[in-house]
Amino acid sequence: MKLSKILKNGFLIVVACLALSACATSKKSTGQMQGDVYTGTDTVEYLASGVPDRVFFATNESVLTTASRETLRKQAAWLRKNSKITIVLEGHADERGTREYNLALGERRANAAKDYLMTYGISSDRISVLSYGKERPVDSGSNPLAWSKNRRSVTVKAN
Amino acid sequence: MKKFLITLIIILIPVKSFSLIEVDITRGNLNPLPIAVSPLSIDEESRKNFENILKKKNIGSEISSIIENNLKVSGLFNPLNKDAFLQEPDIANLKPRFEDWNLIKAQALITGKVSYMEEKLRVEFRLWDVLAGKEMMALAFTTVPNNWRRVGHIITDKVYERLTGEKGYFDTRIIYVAEEGPKTQRVKKLAIMDQDGANNKFLTLGNELVLTPRFNPTSQMVTYLSYFRNLPRVYLLDIETGTQEVVGDFPGMTFAPRFSPDGKKIIMSFAKDGNSEIYTMDLENRIVEKITNHPSIDTSPSYSPDGKFISFNSDRSGYQQIYVMKSDGSNVKRISFGKGIYGTPVWSPRGDLIAFTKLHKGKFYIGVMRTDGSGERLLTENFYQEAPSWSPNGRVLIFYRETKTDSKGKGFSAKLWSIDLTGYNERQVPTPTDGSDPSWSSLLSN
Repeated sequence: MKLSKILKNGFLIVVACLALSACATSKKSTGQMQGDVYTGTDTVEYLASGVPDRVFFATNESVLTTASRETLRKQAAWLRKNSKITIVLEGHADERGTREYNLALGERRANAAKDYLMTYGISSDRISVLSYGKERPVDSGSNPLAWSKNRRSVTVKAN
Repeated sequence: MKKFLITLIIILIPVKSFSLIEVDITRGNLNPLPIAVSPLSIDEESRKNFENILKKKNIGSEISSIIENNLKVSGLFNPLNKDAFLQEPDIANLKPRFEDWNLIKAQALITGKVSYMEEKLRVEFRLWDVLAGKEMMALAFTTVPNNWRRVGHIITDKVYERLTGEKGYFDTRIIYVAEEGPKTQRVKKLAIMDQDGANNKFLTLGNELVLTPRFNPTSQMVTYLSYFRNLPRVYLLDIETGTQEVVGDFPGMTFAPRFSPDGKKIIMSFAKDGNSEIYTMDLENRIVEKITNHPSIDTSPSYSPDGKFISFNSDRSGYQQIYVMKSDGSNVKRISFGKGIYGTPVWSPRGDLIAFTKLHKGKFYIGVMRTDGSGERLLTENFYQEAPSWSPNGRVLIFYRETKTDSKGKGFSAKLWSIDLTGYNERQVPTPTDGSDPSWSSLLSN
């Protein structure tokens, strides 16, 4: 009885593992999201070799992920090396929100990036912030992956 | 407003009789009132004169088609097919043969006459109760010929008011954002049109992104957001003269503008350092006041019609919800507690309801609730829709709806829609291009 129970549980665990790994692989294959934050590189451009221009956010969030902080540290290093360059941080939201709230959310996301760059020594004089809300998606799809690419802050050279 | 001046002469006072026909507009109207709109009669000389000036073969029939279309779109009336009309328009206007109109099941009848008088357009019309065999109303207007469409709208307003007991909303305009181009690079222009989609005019060229135009309830001014020189700021536009100016001198993005009910202030959000707060600016003395003070996003403000309260949305609870406060910013109270995210509150011109956008389980809804948050009622559900704006009588909402794109990101469109407060009579509002962010004007003639 005990044994059968153990076996049964073991079987369940195996099934659960299979289900999980199926899940994990399917997530990887549809691409490039962790939770609902975009982790791919399809839309990413480079400010310089090895310096990605953008960071991505979770739905309704403006918190920087570990990957976003790493990208911003690379940007900060590049900006310190090129001290004449000024930048605009363009904040964006996905289409699943009201227009006015998304304008505010884009501004909040771009400012999250700005604050982080400042903690790595980039003067606020060199940074301006511009929110586009949901007005300038990079991906015109109406699906979670497209939305994840659109929730972003993009660093653009201003001079 | 000078341009729109209409001389209105009442030639006959409605016959002393208690309201005969009545149309109930408080419930969804599944049995619209059968009404016959007899083409306005016109004498041959007047017809020729107007054909020369307006390039319309028969201005009488043109005006009655406007009335007919308005009545049909309202959902409260069922204009009957003209082919069944037995009586000639000119004779019907003198004295209807009620038994003939009764035969085709008309309960109400509109007749009238158009004439050319000293370069002006003169229109008289009468509203008849067919069952009671009585005249309910008779009015005449004299105006410049170019105003002929407005005459049709004003007549509809008079008929609507006489039969429902409430002011109409037909002699009004809609300002909105006309959109074209791929979803990733939409070109947006301010556009204005009559409530029925006629006389569409573009007010900007599309060189810069423009969003969220809103009418001043008391004048022909509009406030909107423009990305002119890549600086998103609230602007003021006089649609008669075309003059534009930035509202205030804010060191950052201003957005979500609306007028106060007296038209003297603009209320809007100002975003700085990742925090959006609500401000007002007095348009006369330019005094700026900060209304909210909270490290969350506070936006989409809208005044109550008496100017004493402001509704807005804020994510101070973690997600976007609707709040109401006194107009000085005190007594902030959350009013939305249902499941989901709530935004874009807009106070009804009647003062009793707030219309909103709601997102719940991946669907967007337009709904209304009482101003204390009770009595939530969802009117329509879709993939994406938002930004309701009230008709001036508070009976209809106009909003915009966007389509879901296919797996290749194709098939995007944005259209204007309207729906009655009852949740019935949902209709697409015709626009020459795609459209979004509609705002309904007050009645032009009052």
